Amino acid sequence: MTTLPLQLEAVTYAAAGKRLLDGISLTFERGPRTVVLGPNGAGKSLLLRLCHGLLVPTAGSIRWREGDNGRRQAMVFQRPVMLRRSAAANIDYALRLQRIPADRRRARIREVLDDTGLRELAHHPARRLSVGEQQRLALARAWATAPEILFLDEPTASLDPAATRAVEDIISAIDLSGTKIVMTTHDLGQARRVADQIIFLHQGRLLEHGPAAEFFARPATPEAAAFIAGKLLW
Amino acid sequence: MSDITQAFAAAFGLIVSRDPGLLEIVLLSLRVSLTAVTLASLIGLPLGAAVALFPFPGRRGVAVLLSALMGLPPVVVGLIVYLLLSRSGPFGVLGLLFTPLAMIVAQTVLIAPIVAALARQVVEDLWVEYSEQLRSLGATPGSAIWTLLWDGRFSLITTVLAGFGRASAEVGAVMIVGGNIDHVTRVMTTAIALETSKGDLPLALGLGFILITLSLAINGTAFVLRDVTRAGH
Repeated sequence: MTTLPLQLEAVTYAAAGKRLLDGISLTFERGPRTVVLGPNGAGKSLLLRLCHGLLVPTAGSIRWREGDNGRRQAMVFQRPVMLRRSAAANIDYALRLQRIPADRRRARIREVLDDTGLRELAHHPARRLSVGEQQRLALARAWATAPEILFLDEPTASLDPAATRAVEDIISAIDLSGTKIVMTTHDLGQARRVADQIIFLHQGRLLEHGPAAEFFARPATPEAAAFIAGKLLW
Repeated sequence: MSDITQAFAAAFGLIVSRDPGLLEIVLLSLRVSLTAVTLASLIGLPLGAAVALFPFPGRRGVAVLLSALMGLPPVVVGLIVYLLLSRSGPFGVLGLLFTPLAMIVAQTVLIAPIVAALARQVVEDLWVEYSEQLRSLGATPGSAIWTLLWDGRFSLITTVLAGFGRASAEVGAVMIVGGNIDHVTRVMTTAIALETSKGDLPLALGLGFILITLSLAINGTAFVLRDVTRAGH
């Protein structure tokens, strides 16, 4: 059973009379890592929340291939919320919500803690971990449920370079495990490192959608060109 | 002035000599109030959390009602429970009136709204922080209730203590449904009221001391426990 591709058709989201996202149509396919790029306020986080099902579009449709009953999707937030329990118990909580039996949960928890370098911290209270460790734990928690697609909303925005590097390594590993990556960032360097595909948003509109190499070499819109050149946009 | 010093001395004597009558009263008080706070928590914590998490028509009204019920006068609760449990009342056949069980029922009715109203506030505040994350992980409001009650456990200890404080301090409800019967339904607060009206100040004061000391001890223990466990989380 597969839930991808995910299709958005003329998705619009308005709040207080303002169109925050306007007529977005695109398809998320299995495979390439997609980075949603754009200045602050472009609607990047909003797009992810709509795709993930946390918000309902004002107009347009968001369709999973098999309907959204499967919920083979996960999301990692800029500031993930850790439950007041151990790191391992946080992962266990996510797995229990997916009704995964206890013996498989234990094995899976060990696996993702190893893969994210958190094995030694398994029994530490999650809220006592550093911000970087919490973000790795959030990735582990999302990864544990074996999602087909993982949405990441500015996952390194509050991290230092070392922690950012660790998070990017984990994202690569999740990509290699076959999970589709969709990530927002306003950091151009990160976009160049992570992206296979770029979605460029500006003021709630989808301006560009294509291979990353082409986007960076030959941006098709003046907004994207200015953004890549490091000019301030709003 | 000398009345008071005498009373203090006599009270101290009663406590030190572990007067069996006094002990009986203290133990019954604890039994009634601790059972009531346990029952009120079993009802009030999930109820408060449910009001915080489930959107339903009139939710605001329910929240206001719960807060208003926090101020229920104990004598009125006592009177209502009395009417319900009295021989001609709907639960008269159970023969509960003037038993410790009746007192537990009355105190539970009195403090369940307190626990529910305070828990609603704690859980609602937590939900603001947790909502997106929990929904993202696949939690429903039904399963989130238990998650948030558990994650709010340190704040909710204070909620439960507020209920216990109210239960152990009230006299009106237990007096009416218990009847202050010696060796059966006499608790600290009803005994203090009775002994004061009889003029036996030492016993009244001794009981007052114990009541305050127990309250301080229970609150103190709960806070220490909370700090110790919170340090781990």
